[in-house]
Amino acid sequence: MMRIRVGLAVVLLCFLGLGDARALEIRTGLLRVDYPSLLPISRFDERPDDLGLAGAVLANEDNQTTGGFLGMEFSVEEVVTTQEDAAAALDGLIAKGIGLVVVMAKADDLLSLADRVGDDALLLNALARDTALRDDQCRSNILHVAPSQAMMADAVAQFALWKQWRRWFLISGSNPEDRALGEVYRRSATKFGARIVEDREFEDTGGSRRTDTGHVLVQRQIPTFTQDAAEHDVVIAADASDVFGLFLPFHTWEPRPVMGSGGLRPVTFHAAHEAWGATQFQRRFERLATRYVREEDYQAWLALRVIGEAVIRTNSNDPAVLRDYMLSEAFELAAFKGRPVNFRDWNGQLRQPILLTDSKITVSVSPQEGYLHQRSTLDTLGLDQPESACTAFQQ
Amino acid sequence: MKTNGVLTALALVLPLASPALANKVYVSNEKGNTITVLNSDTWEVTAEFPAGNRPRGIGISPDGKHLYVCASDDDTVRVFDAETYQELWTLPSGPDPELFVMHPSGEYLYIANEDDNLVTVVDTANRTVVAEVPVGVEPEGMAISPDTRFVINTSETTNMAHFIDTSDYKIKHNVLVDQRPRYAVYTRDGSRLFVSSEIGGTVSVIDPNAEGGPVTLQKIGFEVPGVQPEWLQPVGMKVTSDGKWLFVALGPANRVAVIDVASGEVAKYILVGQRVWQLAFTPDEKYLITTNGNSNDVTIIDVEKQEALKSVQVGQQPWGVVVAPD
Repeated sequence: MMRIRVGLAVVLLCFLGLGDARALEIRTGLLRVDYPSLLPISRFDERPDDLGLAGAVLANEDNQTTGGFLGMEFSVEEVVTTQEDAAAALDGLIAKGIGLVVVMAKADDLLSLADRVGDDALLLNALARDTALRDDQCRSNILHVAPSQAMMADAVAQFALWKQWRRWFLISGSNPEDRALGEVYRRSATKFGARIVEDREFEDTGGSRRTDTGHVLVQRQIPTFTQDAAEHDVVIAADASDVFGLFLPFHTWEPRPVMGSGGLRPVTFHAAHEAWGATQFQRRFERLATRYVREEDYQAWLALRVIGEAVIRTNSNDPAVLRDYMLSEAFELAAFKGRPVNFRDWNGQLRQPILLTDSKITVSVSPQEGYLHQRSTLDTLGLDQPESACTAFQQ
Repeated sequence: MKTNGVLTALALVLPLASPALANKVYVSNEKGNTITVLNSDTWEVTAEFPAGNRPRGIGISPDGKHLYVCASDDDTVRVFDAETYQELWTLPSGPDPELFVMHPSGEYLYIANEDDNLVTVVDTANRTVVAEVPVGVEPEGMAISPDTRFVINTSETTNMAHFIDTSDYKIKHNVLVDQRPRYAVYTRDGSRLFVSSEIGGTVSVIDPNAEGGPVTLQKIGFEVPGVQPEWLQPVGMKVTSDGKWLFVALGPANRVAVIDVASGEVAKYILVGQRVWQLAFTPDEKYLITTNGNSNDVTIIDVEKQEALKSVQVGQQPWGVVVAPD
């Protein structure tokens, strides 16, 4: 069950008139591992077939437009595979001499892929948010373009505290990844001085995510579930499984705002984001994909733009040279977030602002005003150097 | 009343003391969808008129008769009578025009089309598109060399200054600059080209005439105590005609940096309104006007003293500014 698509951008712009012999060829791969999944609560969240892939195609076009002026030729080979076939798929890319691979896989698979390829490839994580990958489970051959859950939770916490919503009612799901997300919010509360005044678990009883008149039941179920909670300012939803988070707003017993997995959600990008030139990105993407952009597309785009930027500044296609440059202080990239993004050289995490959306507009962007840091205010989000147990990046 | 008497006396004396005629200052209000007109003598608002959807880039013909406005959301450049403010006609601009530069003769507009990776060249008299030049991703800043041989375009995601030959509309040189280049401007003698990089936080100083093609001589950075470095985002620029001083709008840092061109160092930071975006000199270069998008005003700077004189409220979210010629 493997689908392969080669996206070789046509060299439209070769103003320098350089012959093919002199062109620097940069061949990249995108490996997407698909897992069995249930339908989402909202139809807006249904997975398009080209999720992530479309973002990669756009990034390759953007890289190629620039590369055309410099005698460079960028290409991306996209592979969609299953968990069982992932290793073989990555081997296939490496056998073709592709040493720069954007990976969209769950944390465990990403780790086993990274350990398998060793120095043969540099992997850019465009999906997995597990904080452990930036902590004791870090790998020197993985750079994380996707933010960690800790960064997302800190983005929420900073906004809540800017609003003076210090008393949190935390509701976590019952699956392991929901509980892990709940723990991330607990750490975030401690970090920024919020108090969890009520902590409950919403049990995932299985079954389908929605029924035809599901709202009738939800309207009775959520108020009773949230009643008799200690006095709180805000409800924080930790629902990585997409079971209940979207049902909380307006249905809580007390009239309180919801943040996290429902209400005001932390995202890397969304289709209505227009600030800092993002409109042009949205229009380019929609023209190419004939749909709205998703976080996964933006993350794949960003990962390939990281590669493109490093290639353009170093004039090299050697993964080791590119990795050194990406982790250096010289590296910076514009990402439609109003400030340059670059890497934490101690764990390979891309520093980046996080958008907060009500699913219609950008409500705010974290880090919030007033959260200071001796290095970069972006380091107020997620694991800071002293907190990270990552040692793989020490020379 | 005594006070009134003094004011009347001043009013009688002032016109004699400053023989220069007042010029009209036109400010495009991105959110208000209007143009605000100010008098450069009194700095009072004299008019405000509708200008289409999301007016941004603004320019005026050399004879001062026609005002050109990029109505970004209308995908057109609107042309207004600079005296009566009546809309005369529109120019084909390509989609989402943001900024343009005008040929000194007024014959051509060179327009950056952010969406299509194109620079569109428009004949202003015939109102036709003369050429479309493919450039990098998200073209934005535009400049023209004083000898009119080259038009410069900066592309925000490609991070280059493209040198477009005006005789054949082919790109002859590309210079890599820092992240998200927004604006380009030449010194009057053509010996230097400045390119501001909003996200990179620098101004690249380029020798456009170097043997073997343009070279970057220096990148100028900014530093203001108490301001987070990421807010120091250079955008609009203007250089005095003697080539000595470069003024750089620093966006959300709410300051205009004054750069001593000879030394390449920042001499001063002038506090202005919030999110300062574009700049324009009066023709005598006594004053510099800054548009401040988040405080809905413009700040008037005394160029010689390098001090802010006053701020004047205009429409909603002022973006561009141009002053009528003498």
